[in-house]
Amino acid sequence: MRLQEFQAKRLLADYGLPIPRGAVALTADEAEAVARDLGASPIAVKAQILAGERLAAGGVRMAHGPAMARAAAAAMLGQRIVTPQTGDEGEVARRVYVEEGVAIDRQIYLALLVDVDGTLVVFGSPKGGDGVEELKRRGEFSAERLPLSVSHPPAGEAVSAFIAALGLEGRAADEAARLLDGLRRAFVELDASMIEINPLAVTTGGDLKALDVKMTIDDAALFRQPDIAALRDGGEGDRVKLSAHRDQLNFVQLDGDIGLVSNGAGLGLATLDMVRAAGGRPANFMDIRTTAKSLDIAHGFALLLDNPKLRTLLINVHGGGMQSCDTIAEGLGVALRRSGRKLPIVVRLAGLNADLGRYRLANFGCDVIEAANMGEAAKRAVSVAAGRA
Amino acid sequence: MAILLDHETRIIVQGMTGWAGTHHTIQMIEYGTKVVGGVRPGKGGRSHLDLPMFDSVADAKAATGANASIVFVPPANAAAAMLEAIEAELPLIVTVTERVPALDMVRVREALRGSRTRLVGANSQGVLAPGICKLGVMATGSERPGTVGIVSRSASLTSEVVAQVTAAGLGQSTTVGVGGDAVHGMMMRECLELFLADPGTEGIVLIGEIGGAEEQEVADYVTSAKPSKAIAALIVGMHAPRERRMGHAGALTLGDVGDAKAKVAALEKAGVRVAPSAHLVGATIADALSN
Repeated sequence: MRLQEFQAKRLLADYGLPIPRGAVALTADEAEAVARDLGASPIAVKAQILAGERLAAGGVRMAHGPAMARAAAAAMLGQRIVTPQTGDEGEVARRVYVEEGVAIDRQIYLALLVDVDGTLVVFGSPKGGDGVEELKRRGEFSAERLPLSVSHPPAGEAVSAFIAALGLEGRAADEAARLLDGLRRAFVELDASMIEINPLAVTTGGDLKALDVKMTIDDAALFRQPDIAALRDGGEGDRVKLSAHRDQLNFVQLDGDIGLVSNGAGLGLATLDMVRAAGGRPANFMDIRTTAKSLDIAHGFALLLDNPKLRTLLINVHGGGMQSCDTIAEGLGVALRRSGRKLPIVVRLAGLNADLGRYRLANFGCDVIEAANMGEAAKRAVSVAAGRA
Repeated sequence: MAILLDHETRIIVQGMTGWAGTHHTIQMIEYGTKVVGGVRPGKGGRSHLDLPMFDSVADAKAATGANASIVFVPPANAAAAMLEAIEAELPLIVTVTERVPALDMVRVREALRGSRTRLVGANSQGVLAPGICKLGVMATGSERPGTVGIVSRSASLTSEVVAQVTAAGLGQSTTVGVGGDAVHGMMMRECLELFLADPGTEGIVLIGEIGGAEEQEVADYVTSAKPSKAIAALIVGMHAPRERRMGHAGALTLGDVGDAKAKVAALEKAGVRVAPSAHLVGATIADALSN
């Protein structure tokens, strides 16, 4: 679960993260009022979207005085902000965050995350700021790395060396040491999977201020983070994704015309690859969890069948373990009957109860095209979608 | 011959009394696996499926001589169950539980360092040595005793590849699911090393996917160790939607490390035969073994 900037700042301020004064505004009137209360100049008005690189996209504007802050908020609220991270469709700004401007001397980059080797680490670079995302895309961003433990603080010397490598000294270095300790505790206690502070500004007065914060919470740990789970407002991702989560499925909508159904993420990804390799365009990625029952599965198929672009379904299932082919066939039959749609269905069933699965599909009156193996199934689905059957 | 398992593997089941624990314990016993007891705090002294129940792993190990455990404990308490088994110095743990919080797994990995335990999973289908022992929840029926070792991040693809390897006239020495979650115990490279050291394994199939850096780690290892055994691989996720791609972590540490195409390139450069499509893995390892 990704948090908005203002949510992350609020959570991390409790752990000692130094942040500029500011408040959220839902309307231009509110933005003007916040700016007046802050009494500062300049003032930053920031679109609350999950994607980064807002500045160049007009999603962060500097204002001098409440009237300008109002105009800046009006220009963003309800608008689609398109940044390199949003895709062409952009992301609608439903809130702005209005905060006092900071006189910046230098910009630091900091990120805590669970690294690919399964350790908690903090990365830092003395060259933070706007250019980092472009460097990351080009694979040219290099950062200092300090391994951390979830159960005890790191050794003092290691922390000092890390902070020195960021070019911090004196009071800023002391502040950074406290900040790192707070961030490590926040990461563990809040079940974060990523906290990125970019930039962490060194002000002209020699203080640290976190100007932008990105934070992701581990979805698997939300059960023990009820306050954070309550921040979910349905705005993150679309309706389809949220609904899929409840139904024990991982469902991602794509823009093609071949609906894909597989059990397990690996087989799902393999099916997607084979359809694309055969020249087809998948309508979705769906991974049915092993604990899903046939009614959960029927809900998942309903999401799929809602899509008017759909021309065929490709069912590629290898039954086994906790999930058998007939459970999935039954879910599909129920969903098809409810939706009233008639679609040609290319089916490759193997493993546990494959025969029973085929029998179920036939009983539901589905228009089934059988394929002997996965490769053939993908090719058939592509030709069916192209109207060649 | 197999890795990790043999005829002397004696298993306790943590979380045996739940639905999944009960169901899969029955399946393992039917396969011929030596399940010697179960652990569930508060149920010590009772029995379940005609097996003795214990309050703790230490009690179970002392009473039964168990040398492996399989964990079905739900996510909230799964880490505690694994830590208990590590403290009891069980040599092998397989964790089936899905969606264990990532930081719990980081904590477990910290406990594994310097311990006597090897952990497979979490979110693993387990380890299967055909005809010898099933320590897991995987489908059975298509497997045959043989000489191909399979290490995988995906349960469903493992079932598929096992069927393909058998159809190609080969069998499996052992299949291992390292786990589908980002943070897990034994990594692919470690499993590969076990297969390379196992006289019963002649060829190895690696089933990888987007995200993480394990496949690159394998590629680096193969490049430097130059093993003589045939190695084939399947990497899925070449066309994965953005949501499944690695975000900051991969980009930050190693450039395009999580990318499927980069993994294929690294493995091919190391001399690993990468299957051109998911339905051709059996043919690819058969071909690699005949050369």
